[in-house]
Amino acid sequence: MTTTTQSRADAKAAAAHAAYQPVDGRLLDVENLHVHFHTSDGVAKAINGVSFHLDQGESLAILGESGSGKSVTAQAIMGILDVPPAKIPEGHIRYCGQDLLAMPEEQRRKTRGPEISMIFQDALSSLNPVFPVGWQIAEMFREHRGLNKSDALAQAVRLMERVSIPGAKARVKAYPHQFSGGMRQRIMIAMAIALDPAILIADEPTTALDVTVQAQIMSLLQELQQERKMGLILITHDLGVVADVADRIAVMYAGRLIETADVYTGYANPAHPYTKGLLDSLPRLDQKGQTLAAIPGLPPNLLKMPPGCAFHPRCPLARERCREERPELVEVRPGRFAACHYTEEVLHA
Amino acid sequence: MPEVILSAHDLVKHYPIRSGVLRRVTGAVKAVDGVSFELHEGETLGIVGESGCGKSTLGRLLMRLEEPTSGRVVFQGEDWSSASGAALRKIRRNIQIVFQDPYTSLNPRMTVGDIIGEPYEIHPDVVPESKRRARVQELLDLVGLNPEHIHRYPHQFSGGQRQRIGIARGIALNPKVLICDEPVSALDVSVQAQVVNLMEKLQSELGLAYVFIAHDLSVVRHISDRVGVMYLGRMAELGTEDEVYDHPTHPYTQALLSAVPVPDPTLRGKREQIVLVGDVPSPANPPKGCRFHTRCWKVQDICRTEEPQLIMQPDTIGAHRSACHFAEVRKIVETVDVSNVPLSSVVLSADAAEAAAHDHPSAPTLP
Ligand SMILES: Nc1ncnc2c1ncn2[C@@H]1O[C@H](COP(=O)(O)OP(=O)(O)OP(=O)(O)O)[C@@H](O)[C@H]1O
Ligand SMILES: Nc1ncnc2c1ncn2[C@@H]1O[C@H](COP(=O)(O)OP(=O)(O)O)[C@@H](O)[C@H]1O
Ligand code: SF4
Ligand code: SF4
Ligand SMILES: [Mg+2]
Ligand SMILES: [Mg+2]
Repeated sequence: MTTTTQSRADAKAAAAHAAYQPVDGRLLDVENLHVHFHTSDGVAKAINGVSFHLDQGESLAILGESGSGKSVTAQAIMGILDVPPAKIPEGHIRYCGQDLLAMPEEQRRKTRGPEISMIFQDALSSLNPVFPVGWQIAEMFREHRGLNKSDALAQAVRLMERVSIPGAKARVKAYPHQFSGGMRQRIMIAMAIALDPAILIADEPTTALDVTVQAQIMSLLQELQQERKMGLILITHDLGVVADVADRIAVMYAGRLIETADVYTGYANPAHPYTKGLLDSLPRLDQKGQTLAAIPGLPPNLLKMPPGCAFHPRCPLARERCREERPELVEVRPGRFAACHYTEEVLHA
Repeated sequence: MPEVILSAHDLVKHYPIRSGVLRRVTGAVKAVDGVSFELHEGETLGIVGESGCGKSTLGRLLMRLEEPTSGRVVFQGEDWSSASGAALRKIRRNIQIVFQDPYTSLNPRMTVGDIIGEPYEIHPDVVPESKRRARVQELLDLVGLNPEHIHRYPHQFSGGQRQRIGIARGIALNPKVLICDEPVSALDVSVQAQVVNLMEKLQSELGLAYVFIAHDLSVVRHISDRVGVMYLGRMAELGTEDEVYDHPTHPYTQALLSAVPVPDPTLRGKREQIVLVGDVPSPANPPKGCRFHTRCWKVQDICRTEEPQLIMQPDTIGAHRSACHFAEVRKIVETVDVSNVPLSSVVLSADAAEAAAHDHPSAPTLP
C-alpha cells in the first residue's frame, strides 16, 4: 500500500471521530436502563434499571448466567434491539455525553461501527455467507469512509494481517465457510475494529471456541484494545476469562446489576451472596479436593419475578426483609457497589 | 486398585467419505483411531480434548451405539462383539449413557415417568411391572426432583432439571458403568455444580463407574480419578488426575492446561501460557507420524515419520502413559490442595444446597 493511500485513510478516520469527544476519559454512561419485551404471555422485564459507566481504555466485564440480561444490555447500547417486541420505557445511554436514545435514527446509525461496535458469539451467522470476507471488510471503508475500491481492499488486507489471518492477501476473496471457527472469529474482530471504534462490545466472543483457540482470541482482543485505547465491554459467563482480562466487573442477576467492583476486590471479597455463590460453585483447574457449593434452585422467570430481592429464593442469607424490600445498588465501599441488605455480612464472611 | 470393569482395546472408528456422482468412497474420517484404556469399578475416568477429537464417538462405541471399524470393548471379561443371549443382555443393561444436550436428548412427547421407565420396556426383568411407578418415583427423588412431577413433560423443566431426568434414566437399570457425554456442558455455572454434586453422590451411593467426557478441564479434574487426553482420534496422555494435571509429559496436554483460564485475577500474567499456532488438522487427513507435530514446538524429524505409542514415561513422581517421543514433565498448574479448607459460613454446604434445590424443584416455565 502507498503512503498516500494510508494517509488518506487516516485523515478520513480522524474527521469521522471529530463529532464525539470523551469528557475526562468517560466514554459511556448507562443510566437507569429498562428494557421490556412485549410477548403474548405478558411483559418480560428483561432489564430493570441498570446503570454503569465505561472509561477510555478500560475493560468492563458483564457477568451473569443465561437469561440475566447481558446480551439485551449490549443490544440496547448498540441500538440493535428489535422494536417491537422490545421497548425501552426508561433510561439514558450517553456516549461522550450525548444520549443515544434521544438521537434521530440516522445519526445513531452512523455511530455503529466508527464509534461503538460489537462482536458476537457466533461468527458464522454474523458474517454474510455469500460475499468474500475481504469484500465485507472493504465495504465498511467504502460506506463509512468513502474510500475507493482498491484503497478499501488494501485496508481489508491490512486488517486481516493485523488479526493474523495467514496468507491474508491471497485469502481476501475467500468466503466465510472457507475459514475455521477461530479464523472466522478473527475476521469478525477485524470487521469490528475496522473503523477504529472507541467502544468495542464483545458478547461471548469465545464461548463457541476450543480452549486453545479461545486463548489466542482473547490475547488478540487485549492487544488490540491496548493498541487502540478502546473501551471494552466483555460479556461472558466465564469467570476464568474475566479474571484474565477485566479491570472491573459488573454482575447481573434477573435484569439488574447486583454488584460492581474492580476485578481484584470483587473476586477476593465479593459483596453480594450471588457473586460469592458463583465463585464458590466453580471447579478450578488449580485446586484439588474442592467442594463445589452449588447455588440451590434456579434463576427466576422474568414474567413472575419474586417480590423484594430477586435472589431471595436461592439466597442462604435471606430473611423477612429480603422478601419484602428490594435492595438498591448502593456504594458499599469506595468505588464498590452492591445490591444486598446484608452486604456487610457477606463482606465479613 | 479395584477390578477392571470395562476396557477398550485398540478401538477404531472410521467414517467413509463419499464424493462424486457415484458416491464412491474416497477417504475416511478417522474419528477414533486406536484407543485403549481400562475402567475400574466405581472410578471416574475423564476424557478431555478439543471439539472433533473423537470423544463422543468413543462414547458411542463403548455403548455400542455404533460398530467399531476394528478393536474390542470388553465388559467384565465378556467381549461386546461376540457376546450373545444372556451375556449380551447383561452387558446392555450394565452400560448406560447420559447425553450432553438436555434440550434435545429427551423425547418431548413422553412424560418424565415414561422417559425414565423406558429402559424397563427393554429389560422387563429388572423391575416387575407393578413396582415400576414406585421405582421411577424413587429415581426422581434420588436425583433431586419432585416425585409428584412424574406426569410432566420435558419442556416443563429447566436445563439442569432435564439433565437430572437424563441421569435418572441412565441409572434406572442399576448399571455398573455410566458413559456421560458432556453432561454439564450446556448448563450455567451454578446449576452445573448442582449436577456435578449429584453425580458424585450417586457414584458413592451406587458404586457406579463413570466415563466422563467433557471439554472443560476444570470440571474433569474435579470429578475424575484418572484422565485421558485425546487429540485427533488418539489418546495423547493417560494417567491419574495428579499425574496428568500436575506432571503432564505430553506437549499437547501442557498447552491445553496452560490455555485454561483460572478464576483468580491475582494470577494474571503469572501463569505460563503456551500459545499453539494454527488449528486442529482434519481427522480425514491426520498428519503422519505424531498427529500433533504440525502444532508442536518440540517437533523433531522422527516426529514426522514415526507415530509415538502411548507408553509409560517417567514423570518425576513415577511414571504414567504418554504418546510422545520426547515426553518430559513441564509444570503448568500450581495446584493448591483445598480438601481441608472449610466452606465459608455464607454459603451452604453442598449437601444443604442439594436439599434446598429439592425443596424448590418447580421449573420457571411451569404455569
Ligand atoms: N426478543 C425477545 N422477546 C422476548 N424476550 C426476550 C427477547 N430477547 C431476550 N429476551 C429475554 O430477555 C432476558 C435476557 O436475555 P439476554 O439475551 O440478555 O440474556 P443473556 O444474559 O445474554 O443470556 P445468555 O448467557 O444465555 O446469552 C431473557 O429472559 C430472554 O428470554
Ligand atoms: N456419523 C458421522 N459421520 C461422519 N463423520 C463423523 C460422524 N460422527 C462424527 N464424525 C466426525 O468424527 C470426528 C470426531 O467427532 P466426535 O466424536 O463427535 O468429536 P468430539 O465429541 O470429540 O467433539 C469429527 O471430525 C466429526 O465431524
Ligand atoms: S438482599 Fe437478602 S436475599 Fe437478597 S442477596 Fe442480600 S441477603 Fe440475599
Ligand atoms: S512426538 Fe514430537 S511432535 Fe509429537 S508431541 Fe512429542 S515432540 Fe511433539
Ligand atoms: Mg447472551
Ligand atoms: Mg462431542
